[in-house]
Amino acid sequence: MTNDFSIIGKPIAMVDAAGKTTGSGKYADDLSAPGMLVGKILHSPFPHARIKRIDITRAEKLDGVVAVVIGTDAPNPYGILPVGHDEYALALDKVRYVGDNVACVAAIDEATAEKALELIDVEYEVLPAYFDPEDSMKAETNLIHDNKPHNIEKDYHHVFGDPEKGFAEADQIAEARFIANEVTHAAMEPHCTLAAFEIDPQTGKPGRLVVQSSTQVPYYLQHKLSLVLEMPMSQIRVIKPLVGGGFGGKSEVIPLEIIAAIAARKAKAPVKVTYTREEVFWAHRGRPRTIVDLKTGIKKDGRITAVKARVVQDGGAYCSYGVVTILYSGALLGALYDIPNIQYDGYRVLTNKPVCGAMRGHGTVNVRFAFESQLDELAAKIGKDPADVREINLLKPPCITVNGLRVRSYGLPECIEKVVDRSGWKQRKGKLPRGRGLGIACSHYVSGAANSIIRSDMPHSTVNIKIDRDGGVVVYTGASDIGQGSDTMVAQIAAETLGCSLSRVKVVAADTDLTPIDIGSYSSRVTFMNGNATLKAVQDVKKQIASAAARKMSCEPQELTFRNDIVTKKKGHVGADAPVRPAEQSSAASVSGRVEGQILRGSLQQKRKDEGPKDSLSFEEAVVAAIDFHGALSGTGSYAPPLEARGGKHKGAGVGPSPAYSYSAQVAEVSVDEETGEVTVHKVWASHDCGRALNPVSVEGQIIGSVWMGMGQALTEEMVWKDGMLMNPGLLEYRSPSSVESPEVEAIIVESIDPEGPFGAKECSEGSLAATIPAIGNAIYDAVGVRLHESPFTPERVLAALRAKKNAKPINLTEGVDPTAPAKFREHGGSLWYRGKGPERHPLDPSRREAPGAAGGDD
Amino acid sequence: MKKELIGLTVNGRSHELAIEPSKLLLDALRENLGLTGSKRGCDDSSCGACTVQIDGVPMLSCTMLAASCEGQEITTVEGVSEHGSLAAIQKAYGDWGGSQCGYCMPGFMMTVKHLLAQNPNPTEEEIRQGLSSNLCRCTGYSQMYQAIRAAIEAEQKGMAAAK
Ligand code: FES
Ligand code: FES
Repeated sequence: MTNDFSIIGKPIAMVDAAGKTTGSGKYADDLSAPGMLVGKILHSPFPHARIKRIDITRAEKLDGVVAVVIGTDAPNPYGILPVGHDEYALALDKVRYVGDNVACVAAIDEATAEKALELIDVEYEVLPAYFDPEDSMKAETNLIHDNKPHNIEKDYHHVFGDPEKGFAEADQIAEARFIANEVTHAAMEPHCTLAAFEIDPQTGKPGRLVVQSSTQVPYYLQHKLSLVLEMPMSQIRVIKPLVGGGFGGKSEVIPLEIIAAIAARKAKAPVKVTYTREEVFWAHRGRPRTIVDLKTGIKKDGRITAVKARVVQDGGAYCSYGVVTILYSGALLGALYDIPNIQYDGYRVLTNKPVCGAMRGHGTVNVRFAFESQLDELAAKIGKDPADVREINLLKPPCITVNGLRVRSYGLPECIEKVVDRSGWKQRKGKLPRGRGLGIACSHYVSGAANSIIRSDMPHSTVNIKIDRDGGVVVYTGASDIGQGSDTMVAQIAAETLGCSLSRVKVVAADTDLTPIDIGSYSSRVTFMNGNATLKAVQDVKKQIASAAARKMSCEPQELTFRNDIVTKKKGHVGADAPVRPAEQSSAASVSGRVEGQILRGSLQQKRKDEGPKDSLSFEEAVVAAIDFHGALSGTGSYAPPLEARGGKHKGAGVGPSPAYSYSAQVAEVSVDEETGEVTVHKVWASHDCGRALNPVSVEGQIIGSVWMGMGQALTEEMVWKDGMLMNPGLLEYRSPSSVESPEVEAIIVESIDPEGPFGAKECSEGSLAATIPAIGNAIYDAVGVRLHESPFTPERVLAALRAKKNAKPINLTEGVDPTAPAKFREHGGSLWYRGKGPERHPLDPSRREAPGAAGGDD
Repeated sequence: MKKELIGLTVNGRSHELAIEPSKLLLDALRENLGLTGSKRGCDDSSCGACTVQIDGVPMLSCTMLAASCEGQEITTVEGVSEHGSLAAIQKAYGDWGGSQCGYCMPGFMMTVKHLLAQNPNPTEEEIRQGLSSNLCRCTGYSQMYQAIRAAIEAEQKGMAAAK
């Protein structure tokens, strides 16, 4: 493949950048419809309760209220996974977490809707609740879902190779428990859905449903809406406007998306529901708190002999993507290093807390934190450089790993080499002053799942393309741009392949009426899969243009080059891909007499005097020739992962396989204040093998964004729970890092040119996240000699570890404050607490010291 | 609540609106004036997505009453582009990846414009401090610094050319 591209590989602004920087771009909440009502949802204040009675009559009577909907208005269960249809748009008989959805009011304005919520009478019978996954697993009674004994959503037990033998061969074995606490996406845009019914002109009654929603998965949304509302999919149109970040939080059907539609149906008017930030935290679907019991064996020469992992995930109240998450956690122990023997026991457990789902680096992150930390420990035990140990255990692709994952392009060796080099690892590691240290870690991720969550033979992506006499190229893609730049990727591939300028290409995306099915923006699949489908569609249409142009130019289609809006006959047949030199281009342009904006005249001219064969045609001329010749000009392409990439045969083998994996290696430099336990990250060097960087600015942006989010999880971000109530449902208390807390990230692009990726491209948005947490943990070890087993590495935890090392008693920072030991000083349970609702608090709880009502937000 | 008539000057244009005295500036901009550029990202004035400038000073429009801004000059993100073209800072944010999903952008634009008006040549440390009132969940901020540097250069070149 040639490297001589005109648009691929060039840093360009995203095609929708101007709409974002000027504020003219429309996100879901910026939309409105005539007669639109505002929907507000009533949430459960209890973590686990039976609903004995709901009375909505008082709310319905309030002036300005148009409709109140409850569970019985749409009683069909749904869920993102076919095996996990355990959710209801609004609770039917039970609520299972604080924040579960009970009712929705559609009213003329927000204030009225809020007032009406207060008028809904719900009688609950409070049930015992489960908050800790290991307790929950012992449950015999009051199960969260009746069909899930011991509250276990799903467990898997995999053995590959012979782990016992592997451990017997090891010279050193490390064994420890790692805990990664719960984090959430916290995308800046709160979820929002606007649902409206069109009137059917034949029947005069409400007909098709149009839903505009902040979603990463318009097609799945269309599917689930059809299920719950009992409408054919063809009668539902889902449109994705601009989406203000997803990170997995919008990669499944979020309750408000269905609730808005149900409310619109009952209210007989458009309804918009927008979550408050607190509701976004309840909607959650983030990364579960994960307990990893990990054991790794290694030989003196640095070879890993076996790994055994027992993973328990605190999944929250419903299945969501849980079954996939727990499988990824095991499967992605493979495909990074060559590990001959793996034992994996994974438990996805239900608890009475908001639902966990897919979040950037889905399933792999927390186990990777444990594994890379333990590898660092083992390297020290055998007296080897941790960077070398990683190099010793590299895979030798092309290969199939012991757990059935096919690995082809593999840029990990170069990734390690680059970060070691750029960070001055060899010279500086272990030689920095006390309190300052370096740590290394690696990670990887899928470029889309080789098996879609709906087991079927349908292609994962399909793309249509239309080119008309105006010379405009319209690409219809189902790919959902959520800020990662997929529209730009599609435009680049189209423009590069057709040799036309980017400004000719218009991308129409993510509208189920207009665009063919793409299963969504998740598991980093879009560039690989939708990119490949785009490439095929464009090649299809290019073939048609080439055949017509070749006739006009009396040559063979293979002799044509498409570049810079000109179709040229190759000079002298030097080689398959002889590049057009700039001089030739400009002369060609003047020969064809192409003047921007005079397309019609151009085509007329062409009709009038066909001056015999030419050496080149303008893009418009070539297009007109093709339409005249073929009668129409459109192309289509689709992508389905190859059979060989779809994994092994064992139970659960469907999750983990991908057509290609991305790779990352990182070095973090940190300092630790031994007095306060505070960790500062000074710099992270992050190299990432993305196959080929189609747009280097975007690739770097994705790498930096992933590393940064990993750093958040490593240092500050954590969802703090108390009796099932989220104590920090705000961005400040959740502690999403601001610019002052964010270190410099040096992104280093490694290109391994994947044989199956579009132009060789692979994933670049998720794979880097997982390495950051252990890289920082390992750097802390290098700095002060303590190994942290629980993330985030907050000052409390670092200090506790430092004191434990000196055999000193840990300081109880909250001593005497609250005997139920709150995890934080500053805590509250959000609006429920302010309103005096929510679970009973302990009598000595600080929040109860004042009389209720005086509890305002003086925080 | 009974509505009252107030006058607001937004991006150089005067408007008269009938709004409840309790109406927040952010809602008045978005709902009454159709200026949906300014965003709401939180419930507790922690994100900065709603930042507008009041008499040149960045303020959170989600925690201000619209009625309290009578007689003041309000600038929103819609007022940043110049003569129908992108301002240097907007162009640079696009070119350098300063914006991904873009949801935080309207707020950052207002904050950065103010930062550069106060200090035309800030150090990276000053930029970090200056941006810390706004949260972004996509970029990790790094590419924003490059964008701001590029915008400063573009402005300087532009000024040099105009001389
Ligand atoms: S909306 Fe978040 S600070 Fe105003
Ligand atoms: S670009 Fe998405 S939040 Fe900043």
